[in-house]
Amino acid sequence: MQEWANQLCENRQFGSKMTDSKYFTTTKKGEIFELKAELNSDKKEKKKEAVKKVIASMTVGKDVSALFPDVVNCMQTDNLELKKLVYLYLMNYAKSQPDMAIMAVNTFVKDCEDPNPLIRALAVRTMGCIRVDKITEYLCEPLRKCLKDEDPYVRKTAAVCVAKLHDINAQLVEDQGFLDTLKDLISDSNPMVVANAVAALSEIAESHPNSNLLDLNPQTINKLLTALNECTEWGQIFILDCLANYTPRDDRESQSICERVTPRLSHANSAVVLSAVKVLMKFMEMLPKDLDYYGTLLKKLAPPLVTLLSAEPELQYVALRNINLIVQRRPEILKHEMKVFFVKYNDPIYVKLEKLDIMIRLASQANIAQVLAELKEYATEVDVDFVRKAVRAIGRCAIKVEQSAERCVSTLLDLIQTKVNYVVQEAIVVIKDIFRKYPNKYESVIATLCENLDSLDEPEARAAMIWIVGEYAERIDNADELLESFLEGFHDESTQVQLQLLTAIVKLFLKKPTETQELVQQVLSLATQDSDNPDLRDRGYIYWRLLSTDPVAAKEVVLAEKPLISEETDLIEPTLLEELICHIGTLASVYHKPPSAFVEGSRGVQHKRLAGSSGSGESVESPDTGSAAGVSEAPPAVIPSQGDLLGDLLNLDLTPTTTGPPPPASTGMQMGAMDLLGGGLDSLMGDESEPPPIPLRTDTPQSPQLPHQSPSPPDYSPTELGGDLGGSPAMGAPFGAPPATMPASFNAPVSGGLDDLFDLAGGVGMPMGAYNPPKTLWLPAMKAKGLEISGTFVRRAGVIQMEMTLNNKAMSVMSDFAIQFNRNSFGLAPAGPLQILTPLSPNQSIEAALPLSTVGPVMKMEPLNNLQVAVKNNIDVFYFSCQYPISMLFVEDGKMERQVFLATWKDIPNDNESQFQIKDCHLNSDAASNKLQGSNIFTIAKRTVEGQDMLYQSMKLTNGIWVLAELRVQMGNPNYTISLKCRAPEVSQCVFQNYEMVLKN
Amino acid sequence: MIHSLFLINHSGDIFLEKHWKSVISRSVCDYFFEAKDKAVDPENVPPVLQTPHHYLISIYRDKLFFLSVIQTEVPPLFVIEFLHRVADTIQDYFGECSESLIKDNVVTVYELLEEMLDNGFPLATESNVLKEMIRPPTILRSVVNTLIGGSNVGDTLPTGQLSSVPWRRVGVKYTNNEAYFDVIEEIDAILDKSGTTVFAEIQGVIEACVRLTGMPDLTLSFMNPRLLDDVSFHPCVRFKRWESEQALSFIPPDGNFTLMNYHVSSQNLVTIPVYVKQNISFFETEPCGRLDITIGPKQTMGKTVEALMVTIHMPKSVVSANLTPTQGSYTYDLATKVLVWDIGKLNPQKLPNLRGSLSLQAGAPKPEDNPSLNIDLKIQQVAISGLKVSRLEMFGEKYKPFKGVKYVTKAGKFQVRT
Repeated sequence: MQEWANQLCENRQFGSKMTDSKYFTTTKKGEIFELKAELNSDKKEKKKEAVKKVIASMTVGKDVSALFPDVVNCMQTDNLELKKLVYLYLMNYAKSQPDMAIMAVNTFVKDCEDPNPLIRALAVRTMGCIRVDKITEYLCEPLRKCLKDEDPYVRKTAAVCVAKLHDINAQLVEDQGFLDTLKDLISDSNPMVVANAVAALSEIAESHPNSNLLDLNPQTINKLLTALNECTEWGQIFILDCLANYTPRDDRESQSICERVTPRLSHANSAVVLSAVKVLMKFMEMLPKDLDYYGTLLKKLAPPLVTLLSAEPELQYVALRNINLIVQRRPEILKHEMKVFFVKYNDPIYVKLEKLDIMIRLASQANIAQVLAELKEYATEVDVDFVRKAVRAIGRCAIKVEQSAERCVSTLLDLIQTKVNYVVQEAIVVIKDIFRKYPNKYESVIATLCENLDSLDEPEARAAMIWIVGEYAERIDNADELLESFLEGFHDESTQVQLQLLTAIVKLFLKKPTETQELVQQVLSLATQDSDNPDLRDRGYIYWRLLSTDPVAAKEVVLAEKPLISEETDLIEPTLLEELICHIGTLASVYHKPPSAFVEGSRGVQHKRLAGSSGSGESVESPDTGSAAGVSEAPPAVIPSQGDLLGDLLNLDLTPTTTGPPPPASTGMQMGAMDLLGGGLDSLMGDESEPPPIPLRTDTPQSPQLPHQSPSPPDYSPTELGGDLGGSPAMGAPFGAPPATMPASFNAPVSGGLDDLFDLAGGVGMPMGAYNPPKTLWLPAMKAKGLEISGTFVRRAGVIQMEMTLNNKAMSVMSDFAIQFNRNSFGLAPAGPLQILTPLSPNQSIEAALPLSTVGPVMKMEPLNNLQVAVKNNIDVFYFSCQYPISMLFVEDGKMERQVFLATWKDIPNDNESQFQIKDCHLNSDAASNKLQGSNIFTIAKRTVEGQDMLYQSMKLTNGIWVLAELRVQMGNPNYTISLKCRAPEVSQCVFQNYEMVLKN
Repeated sequence: MIHSLFLINHSGDIFLEKHWKSVISRSVCDYFFEAKDKAVDPENVPPVLQTPHHYLISIYRDKLFFLSVIQTEVPPLFVIEFLHRVADTIQDYFGECSESLIKDNVVTVYELLEEMLDNGFPLATESNVLKEMIRPPTILRSVVNTLIGGSNVGDTLPTGQLSSVPWRRVGVKYTNNEAYFDVIEEIDAILDKSGTTVFAEIQGVIEACVRLTGMPDLTLSFMNPRLLDDVSFHPCVRFKRWESEQALSFIPPDGNFTLMNYHVSSQNLVTIPVYVKQNISFFETEPCGRLDITIGPKQTMGKTVEALMVTIHMPKSVVSANLTPTQGSYTYDLATKVLVWDIGKLNPQKLPNLRGSLSLQAGAPKPEDNPSLNIDLKIQQVAISGLKVSRLEMFGEKYKPFKGVKYVTKAGKFQVRT
């Protein structure tokens, strides 16, 4: 007390600044007691000072709740500041002293009638903040009055109060009809009242997913748009966010809303800008692409987005996360703005990393030189994380822009020369990816990589290096020594490295069996006997069994050709992207996850999706492919995370968690993968009548699916078992396909799991040879003056041959054979002259094989696979026609990527689909699949639904036409159903005949 | 909406908390502290953090963290903008935004926060509205208040809040009516080793100081508005007029405000005023290196380059610098490894040069990272983009105001790579 008085005197004496910091000095004992005395003082000024001290203590977190009655006593005052201070106190402590808080009610009710609107508003505002049930009952009447107050300032305060009350007692708010009053306020004459009503309703709606609170119709939209121009910046945000939920009736309405929202792009408040961007991005979907306005709008979007990047770093960060989405959805908006994403030296690290990500997304052939120069610059910066990501980015550029691959590789080599340890390691990891994308192109650098073997100490880099050594063992003279050196410390290595080492040594053995027998023995025994890691053991056993039972098969499996990796793996899955675009500017857009995945308390968030363009003559596709309509414009319609998931599933522990946000615990990784392979395929490819179990569409408020994993950075994880096996044409299907067995094999105890795996491996088998129809008589002797020709077509190692038996049934010697084809559907033509060198004596027959090319002149034939042939000899020219099986034209690389398959299937109109029955076929689905594979009909996925196996298959014709098939095989039913989809539906009939022929023979 | 706010100082003490809904324990900040420790530099703390039950959105300004806690889906930009607004307001009220000043005025700050947000919804964030409700402290007023028991809190309805021009208070009166506009341009640029421009753009801003009586309606027009690639305006600017005539038409707020921000990104318009010749190299064998920097004028539009300063972040292993400047002076801060060379005016006849040797920690390897140079400079009386105000007209009031426009160009994030 004394000290306080002294201080006061001092202040007066020296006229020094009066500050509040003095309130912090009272820390002595009996402080509360002293304050109590002051609060009860009859001097007004002393009272106020005391309340101030109390508030100061409160703000720093001291407990001054014991003073409650004394402070409340000060409430009855005409001093506005004192009143405000007491209110502040009340709001903080009413909850802990509910009984005492009742004392304040009367004053509140009285203040709500005050002639001064400021006091009325203050009272209603404070009452709402007192979170005590008992008080809320008394609040209803004053609130009702204030909602209809003549003063808009009071009305707008009251609107927010409804939201507060709803938070405390939702039922009460509904019973009292406050929600309706609030809805009425949307039509208020004052824009601020409108904005607050919208804000309050939006907040209430968040906890009321199904209520039709914000029932938007053209009239309300019009009111909102009017208010938008006049309300404060914050009100604009609320209104814009609310507008984004509206679905315009047609493209005209869409355009008119866009026109009225566009000026908001020039607002100084970045949150307003981003909310406006959201509305525009969403409504743009409805606009026909050929509309002039559409182009104008696209142009208008770029500058404000660029400007956001010159704001404070925190704002930049959020903007960048959103731009990342926008760039994926509409790359054209920012494609010329690469430079603004160049990293500045003093950007915070979180901004740097985001910029880097967007740079890669924008990288194209046109700007790749610039980008690479930048990335190389970044690779010499200080921050290790950033440098690593920059090096990775170089690898991603190589994979994304083929023309730049060579440059990227040489940049990486330069970086390796710096000998900076982590740079070298990152570079090796990405070079491995480049090898996988462009096989047999850059292997000359392996020698350089090997020089750095000793400096690698990170598992990922070691694993990558080992993969490279194993994969190219035949080109590295001392591969065995290199691998052996790793083997010494086998048990100290991480699992990732161990697995990779195991695979690499097995590869080495298969390539150089003579010198490496000992090594492979050693690694197999290390993996199977001395390790307690089930994955390692399982893999060891698989290899062991494979090698001991059938080395040829082992070779096929282990050294199989791997699928090329693509840069699309880091794209966000399109349906998720669509949803996120609807959530631009929200937390969801920062985390790149749908709100349902993480927003707490929002019970059943509504999924949003982009509306497809309508009304402008664009056909809307069938419901099954409906979700594709919105995506149709998006360049790669793929489900990228699928591969990753499969990889993850197979690797499980191999790939360390990537830097992306961790997947929510609610969805198991394995289940995610399974859902996707099973349900995902189903929903996209299954027949329309069947309700898909886990639809990929966004409008169903289902549990989150794959999306969580998607934002993980590109992770072309080294081909562990998954890569090798899953990638081989033989294994691909069984591995990816049967959702029922897969999890079992991984969850089951070791032995069981092993069996399963062996079953799998067994089921795979070797692809059977292609089915070649027997020779048939093409040209009877009668018609050709004694020359009889029978023949067939075969495809061997990618070469189509016409195999003929020429039989001389005439009496004279035949010679000077030549052959010519008429123009035909697929441009088949002899690749060389008919090689019959010796003259054909009477009653002699000769075998001739004529290689065919497919580059001849084309003319559509009927039937499609009809071929007209002219054969000439020394006697005459003879004509005949024959039909070739269309499988001759199926090329070896006709295995479509699973994602591409999904997209293509959706993309091909349903009119092009034809269905056939194959009767009396007694193969099971695996056998059928094997058989078909011999004819280059590749099974991409298999799925079992209610005893029915579905095989998804693809084949590619020599002229580049893809045929997609869905083959349904039912246990015990000899009749198969096959659906074929192809952009050229004419071929379907031929393909079907071919199926029938292959399967029945 | 925004649930709570914590103000945290540099060393991680929470010195103010404000809750707009229920009270959230300050232990929620532990997640933030964890991230802060991980980030090492306070600038690098990620602005959006996820905790099991809350989201933490923070900004770092003036060595203080403004940390807000939210529970539901809220646009993060909205929160970040608001936090910056809080910091702006504190700065506006107390001259600067520092821990000691906030502590000195804790009750006022608390009242301000209460007025700025209601239940997490922004209520009044315009400085003129706030100042009507809560008067900024002045020495005189606090002395008077202490003596006669006056109050800082106004008791009139903040009229601005409801008018269609919420940014302007009514009944403004001045004896000297004046309107000043400062066109300030900052050059953001990255130059590479050889001096080639990798990237350059101009961030421009027009700061206004308008003290005019009544309700003046101003129109500001430019000679060459087409230069501007993107603009963002103070809410007072009528967008329609800009779209149709490329002129700024507005009823100004009273006092100081930012009228517009703009952006010039076409690189051919961005002139780089100086060139830098630099050579910083380290020896393979000995723990030392050489530094040689010369700066000369490039395109200065005939004006003098002033306040020239070079800042270099040296690699960690550099322990001392022994340099000779031909002009100005240099300092090397051992703790932050920052070399600052303060040059002053650039004399085109005698180019400033800094040269000498750098010594590294004994035994340290040759540094891996290349230091990067940051340049600061100022050119008076010119907007480097060439933007020019052609006229300022006033409608609605009869008096004749005093008008003035000033141009200045500065270096923003101007970097030279080595």
